[in-house]
Amino acid sequence: MIEFINFYLIPGITLGSIYALGAVGVSMIFGILRFAHFAHGDLMTVGAYGALSAVWVLGVSPWLAMPFAIGFAVIAALCCDRMFYKPLRDLPTIYTVIASFGVALILRSLIQVLWGTESQVYSSGFQKPLVYFDTIRIASRHVQIISATIVITVALHLFLTYSRAGRCMRAVADDASLARVAGIDTDNIIRWTWVIGAALAAVAGVFVGLDTDVHTNLGWNMLLPMFAAALLGGIGKPLGAITGGLIIGVVEECVSYPFFGESLLSPSYKSAVAFVIMIALLLFRPQGLFRGRLL
Amino acid sequence: MNDPVLEIDGLCAGYGAQAIIENISLQLGRQEIAVIVGPNGAGKSTLLKQVFGLNQHLAGDIRFNGVSIVRLKTSDLVPLGISAVPQSSNVFPTLTVSENLEIGTYASPPADKKAARERVLDLFPDLRGKVRQAAGELSGGQRQMVAIGRALMSEPQLLLLDEPTAGLSPVYLEVIFDLILQVRKTGVTVLMVEQNARQALRIADTGYVLANGRHAHTGSGAQLLADNEVRRAFLGGGND
Amino acid sequence: MSAEGLAFYLIGFLTMGGIYAVLCLALNMQWGFGGLFNAGIAGFYAVGAYTAAILTSAGAASHVGGFDLPIVIGLICAGLLAGITAWGIARVCVRLKADYLAMASIGFAEIIRLVVINEQWLTNGSLGISRIPRPLEMVFSGRQAEIVYVVFVWLLVLLTYVVSQRLSRSPWGLVMRAIRDNDVAADSIGKNVQRFRVEAFVVGSVFMGVAGALSAHYFKFFSPDATEPLLVTFLCWVMLIAGGSGNNRGAIAGALVVWAIWSMTEIITSHLPIEWASRSAYLRMLLIGLFLQVVLQRYRQGLLPERRTTPVQAR
Repeated sequence: MIEFINFYLIPGITLGSIYALGAVGVSMIFGILRFAHFAHGDLMTVGAYGALSAVWVLGVSPWLAMPFAIGFAVIAALCCDRMFYKPLRDLPTIYTVIASFGVALILRSLIQVLWGTESQVYSSGFQKPLVYFDTIRIASRHVQIISATIVITVALHLFLTYSRAGRCMRAVADDASLARVAGIDTDNIIRWTWVIGAALAAVAGVFVGLDTDVHTNLGWNMLLPMFAAALLGGIGKPLGAITGGLIIGVVEECVSYPFFGESLLSPSYKSAVAFVIMIALLLFRPQGLFRGRLL
Repeated sequence: MNDPVLEIDGLCAGYGAQAIIENISLQLGRQEIAVIVGPNGAGKSTLLKQVFGLNQHLAGDIRFNGVSIVRLKTSDLVPLGISAVPQSSNVFPTLTVSENLEIGTYASPPADKKAARERVLDLFPDLRGKVRQAAGELSGGQRQMVAIGRALMSEPQLLLLDEPTAGLSPVYLEVIFDLILQVRKTGVTVLMVEQNARQALRIADTGYVLANGRHAHTGSGAQLLADNEVRRAFLGGGND
Repeated sequence: MSAEGLAFYLIGFLTMGGIYAVLCLALNMQWGFGGLFNAGIAGFYAVGAYTAAILTSAGAASHVGGFDLPIVIGLICAGLLAGITAWGIARVCVRLKADYLAMASIGFAEIIRLVVINEQWLTNGSLGISRIPRPLEMVFSGRQAEIVYVVFVWLLVLLTYVVSQRLSRSPWGLVMRAIRDNDVAADSIGKNVQRFRVEAFVVGSVFMGVAGALSAHYFKFFSPDATEPLLVTFLCWVMLIAGGSGNNRGAIAGALVVWAIWSMTEIITSHLPIEWASRSAYLRMLLIGLFLQVVLQRYRQGLLPERRTTPVQAR
C-alpha cells in the first residue's frame, strides 16, 4: 500500500497536475475560440525553454525563472494568434485546426533551431525526499508541484467567478454572439484567453522540466492526455479540465501497478491510457463529466 | 411628436448583396413603443438586426438622437444607449442570474450599479429569489426577464426586442407585454418585432406592417387592429 | 553535379514524390471528397510498411518475418491490413465531428506507433526491419533498379489516380460530396451517412497502407523513425491543401510541388555554416510550417481547385 502511494499515486498526482494546467488552456480555447488547439503542447515546451534560458543566463532557480517562462509562452501565443489564427477566424474552424498543426511544428522547430535537441535539466543533483509518518516518501519537487497547482486552481476559480474579465470569458464561452450583442469586446476576451492559457501551459512546461527533463518533444507528448483531460472535464470548463487532468494522470500511473500480482498494463503502454479514455469519452460522453459544451 | 429617438430613412439591408428589406422608413419618439408585425419572412428581424449593426447595410440611413449609426460596430452601440435582446437563446446559460445582469453593465457602466440592479429586480420581482441560480435552469418566461433585465442594466434609451414572446406559454405572453409597458414608464423607447401581432399591437403606440420586405401599413396600434384589410391579410382575419 | 547525377537526383525525387502522391490521393479520398479529418495518416502508413516489410523480407532471427513472399502479395496485404485497421477505427470514430475525429485518429496513430516500438517480436522494435527487397532486384541492379522502381511507383500512382477518379465520378462519390457539404441533408434523403463515411475512410487508408509499403521497399529498411507523425502526416496535409483538396490532379501536383520545396530547403540549408548544419533539418521543418500558413491564408483553394461536377447556381 505504501509502495502504491509512494511510487504510483504521488507521481500520478504530479503528472495529473501538469496535465491539468495544460488542459485549462485547451478547454478555454476550445470553449471560446471553438477549435482544438494542437499547438498547445508546444506552448508548454516554449515555456520550459524560456525558463531554461533564465536559469542558464541569470543562474536563478527554475521557480524564479517562472516569469520568463510565462513571458515567452504568452508572447508566442499572442503572436501566433495574431499572425496565424486571426486571419482564419471567419472561415470554418477546421482551417484554424490545420493552422494550429503548423504552428505546433513552427514552435517546435524554432526551439530545436535555437536551443538544440539535447535534453536538458534545470539543476542536477539528488534531492532528498521528504518523509511523512515514517513511511510516505515524497520527493520535494512533487510537493512543490502539487501545492503550486492547488494555489493556481484556487486563483483561477476566483478569477473566473469574481473578476470582470473572468466573467466575460465565461459569457463568451457560453454564447459568443450574445456576448457581442451585450457589447462585450470579444477580441479582448480572446486575448485574455491566450494569456491565461499560455501562462498556465508555461507553468506546466516548467513543472515537466522540474519533474524530469526539458526536451523539445515535451509538450507534444502531453497533447493528447491534455485533450483527454479537457474532454473529461467538459469543454469550456476550466475547473473541470483540472479535475480531468488529475484523473488522467493518476490513472496513467496506476495502470502499471501490480494490483493482482501482475501489472494491468506494461508501463511502455501507459501513454495509450489517455488515448483510450479520450476515445471512449468522444464516443460515449462527449460532454464530459461536468456537462461541458458540445462543438 | 417630440424629437425622434430613432429615425430610419429609406433603409435597404440584407445578407450579402441580396436585399431582404427595401426602402423602409420609420420614426420613433421618446418613450414610444413601436411594434413591427408581418408574415414570416417579411424581413422583420432583418430590420431589427440592421439597427443593431448585425447584417449587411446596403442603402439608407439610421439615426439615433440625430447621429447616423449605420457604420458603427455592435459593441459601440451599447455605450450610445441602445440595448438589444435577440430572439430565443438570449441569456448566458451557465452564468447565474446575477452574473447575467452584471454582464449588462460592462459595455456601458450605469451611474450606480447597485441602483440599476435594484431597479431591474423591482421590475422583475420573480427573479429576486433566483439571483444565484444558473440562468439556463430557469423557465422560458424567466429567462426572457433575465434577458430584458440584462439589456436594461446599461440604462439604455432605446431597447430592441426580437420576438420577446417567442416560444412562451400564453400565460407569460401577457406578463411580458405588461413588463414592456412598465419598462417604457422608466423612460425607455421600445422597438420590437412580434409574431403575436394582435396582443402586441394592443400595447403599441405605433405599428408597422411589413410584407415582402416593404412597408405595407403604418398606424397606431388601435388603428391597425381596427383596419379590416390589415386584419384580413396579416392578423389571421376574423374577429378576436 | 553532372548531367547523370542530376538525372538520378531527379529519379530519387520522383520516387519519393510518387509515394507522397499516393498518400495525398488517399487523403483526398477521405478529406477532399468525404470531409473526414484524418490526422493519423502515419498510423496507416506504418501498418502498410510493416506488413510489406515482414512479408517480403528475408528471414531474420530477431523477429517474426522472413516469409520472402512476392512484392505484389506484400503490397496487397499491406493495403488489406491498413484497410482492416481503418475499418475497425472507422466503425467507432467516423461519426465524430472534424476536430474530434482529428484527436481520435491521432490517438490511434500513436497507439499503432507504441505497438511498433514495443512489440519487438513483431517489428524488431526501434532497430527496425532491414533487407526489404525491391521489385525485379534479380534482374536489374544499381541505377537501373532505381529507374525500375520509379516506374513501379508511378504505375501505382496511376492506379490510385484511376481508382480515385472513378470513385469521385461515380454515384458513390456524389453522395460522399453531398455528405461532406451537408450531412444532415444527405441523411434526410435516406443515405446511410455513416456507412459512406466508413467506406471513404477505409478506401483512403488502403492506399495509405500501399504508400507505406512502397516506401519500405524503396528504403529497403523500415524503423519507427519513419513513422514520425509530423513528417508523414503533416507533410501530406500541406501537400493536399496546397494542391487543392477535392481535386485528384491537384493532390498529385501538390505532392510534387511541396516535395520539391521540401527538397529545395535541403539544398538551401546545406549551404549554411557548419555550426548550423546539424540543425538544418529543424530549419526545414520551420520553413514548411510557415509555408502551410501562407497557403492557408492566401491560396486556400490550392493550385488546382476542386471542380464542381454540377454547376452550383449562386443564389
